[in-house]
Parts: sequence; C-alpha cells; structure tokens
Amino acid sequence: MDSQAIATLPEHDQPAHEHPEYVRHHFANAEQQRETANFGMWLFLLTEIMFFSGMFAAYLIYRNWYYPAFVAGSHYMIIWAGTLNTAVLICSSFTMAMGVYSAEMRNRKALLRWLTLTLLLGFVFLGIKAYEWHAEWVEQHVPGLNFSIEDFTHINPQYPDDRPLSPDMAEKTQVYFSLYFAMTGMHALHMCIGCGILIILLFQAWGGAYTNGHMNTIENFGLYWHFVDIVWIFLFPLLYLISRHQ
Amino acid sequence: MSEPTHHAHKIVSPRVYLAIWASLLFFTALTVAVSYLELGVFNAIAAIGIAVIKSTLVVLFFMHVRYSSKLTKLTVFSGIFLFLVLITMTLTDYISRAWGMW
Repeated sequence: MDSQAIATLPEHDQPAHEHPEYVRHHFANAEQQRETANFGMWLFLLTEIMFFSGMFAAYLIYRNWYYPAFVAGSHYMIIWAGTLNTAVLICSSFTMAMGVYSAEMRNRKALLRWLTLTLLLGFVFLGIKAYEWHAEWVEQHVPGLNFSIEDFTHINPQYPDDRPLSPDMAEKTQVYFSLYFAMTGMHALHMCIGCGILIILLFQAWGGAYTNGHMNTIENFGLYWHFVDIVWIFLFPLLYLISRHQ
Repeated sequence: MSEPTHHAHKIVSPRVYLAIWASLLFFTALTVAVSYLELGVFNAIAAIGIAVIKSTLVVLFFMHVRYSSKLTKLTVFSGIFLFLVLITMTLTDYISRAWGMW
C-alpha cells in the first residue's frame, strides 16, 4: 500500500477488534462515534432551548404588561401538586442517570429496573398534571374552551388580601392561562414522547441491547429526559411561585 | 454482568448521582419555603436563582457536561448564551419603551 492510501485509510492499521459490530463503517472507532452522536444530541437540544425560550420570552413580556392579571392567575395554581411534580421529575432524572450507569456497567437487570422506574415516574408526573388540568377545567380557567372571569372579579378565598381585578384586567388572566397551558402542554407533550421512546428502549434493553458496550442511545435519551426536567425546573417557579405575595 | 465498558470518558459514580438527587430535592423544598416568605422583588430573584442552581447541577452531573469534551461544553454554553441574548434583548426593548407616549 502506498503512503497516500495509508493516510486516507488509517483504520487499516488498527487490529480488527478495535472495530466492534455496532460501530458504523464511517467512524474510526467507538469513541469517535460516541462523541459524534453526543454532539448531534446537544445540537438538537439547542433547538429545543430556542423552542422553549420563545415561550419563556412571551411569558416574561406579558407578565410585565398585565402584571395584576398574572398575579391573580398564578394564585389559582395548586402549589402542592406543582411541588410534588417537581420532586417526581427530579427522582425520574435520578433513576434515568442510574439507568445510564447500569448500561455502562453492562448490567441488564439493573438497566431494566431503572428504566421501568423512570417510565413509572413519568406516568406519575403526567397523572398529577392531568389532575391539575382537570381542576382548572372545573374552575373554568381554560381560555377558549371553558373560561369565566368570575373568579378574578371577586376575592380569591385563598388570598383574602388580593383586590378583585377590574373586568378588563380580569379578561387578561386568559393570557396567563393561555401561556400556562401552552408551556405545561408542550412540556407534557415532551414527557409523552419521552415515555413512548422509553417503552421502545425497554423492549430493546429486554433483548440485551445497550448492555453490550453500545449505549449511545441510552445516554442520548438520558440527555433528552434531563433537558425536559430542566424545563420544568424553570416552569415551576415562574408559573407557581414568583407571584405569591403581590 | 460482564466487564464494564472501557470508554475514554469518565463513568460517574452512583454516589455522585445520589448527592445531586438529594441536593435537587433540598433546593426544591427551599424554593417552596422561600415563596411563603414576603421578600418583595427578592421572591422572584430567589426563585429564579434556585432554579439556575438546580439546572446547573443537572447539566453538570446528570448530563455529564462536567466530564465532557470542550466541544460539548462550548455547545452547551452557546445555547445558554443565545437564550440570554433572546431574553435580555427582548425585555430591554419592551421595558424601556415609552408605551403610549408617542
């Protein structure tokens, strides 16, 4: 082989066992494939950051504009449910991280256990979220479908110090609730997609995938799951907590 | 259970994950407790500050960025930077305009 061929085909110098089954032919080795997949996942997460930050920006602008309406709207959030859901998501991030660790340790049983726990916690989160949405439907706080300004033109029994809003400001609580449903809804959609992918991963892991040294998929799914957790870490204070005393 | 995978990257120990998990739960309890105090503007600042601390812990340890390549670190940083540009520039414009006065 002449020198040019060696320069363009460096992998020919490597022993055969350096190129396991799961490494695609266009990668030099498993580590390069891992780095590439990881970088690709992070680029996807950047587009996700931009997607959610559009809604965060809208929330901050409208909160600045219709401040009394946003305060009154957020006083109808169920604090214990939001707190519990934050704890549930944090636990699911922990179990997901342990899943990645089990894949790394090539422990199939532990991987299945941690992924199942993650999936269950995901369902618990969605269940509590559904409970909250149902409560908001019953209270007629769903703009466009079932909304009444009644609650906001009267004193909120849970916040007796609040002054009732004027009818036109009370209408603006719809902006708060629209953003609330858009943001928690898009977040819940991400959770649903995550749960769907988890079910597929569980089936594959059952068959022994991801505990043979090839675990990029588990790692990258973990990144997605943690990202969705981070979105909630910001949604929780913005929607539930920051307007409690005004 | 067979040989662990020998990647060039660091395997984060479960003890680190446990510590991060405990601190995340602690900060969640803290942010809820603080929201019951009357602190004026500092309510919002404390809530956002705690959220930033929590998400930093998740990014650095659960998402392994602390142990990742410079390329990954740069990618994450550019994402946060773009997010801050979007928020700061937009809010600067909206807050500083003389609404209804032209």
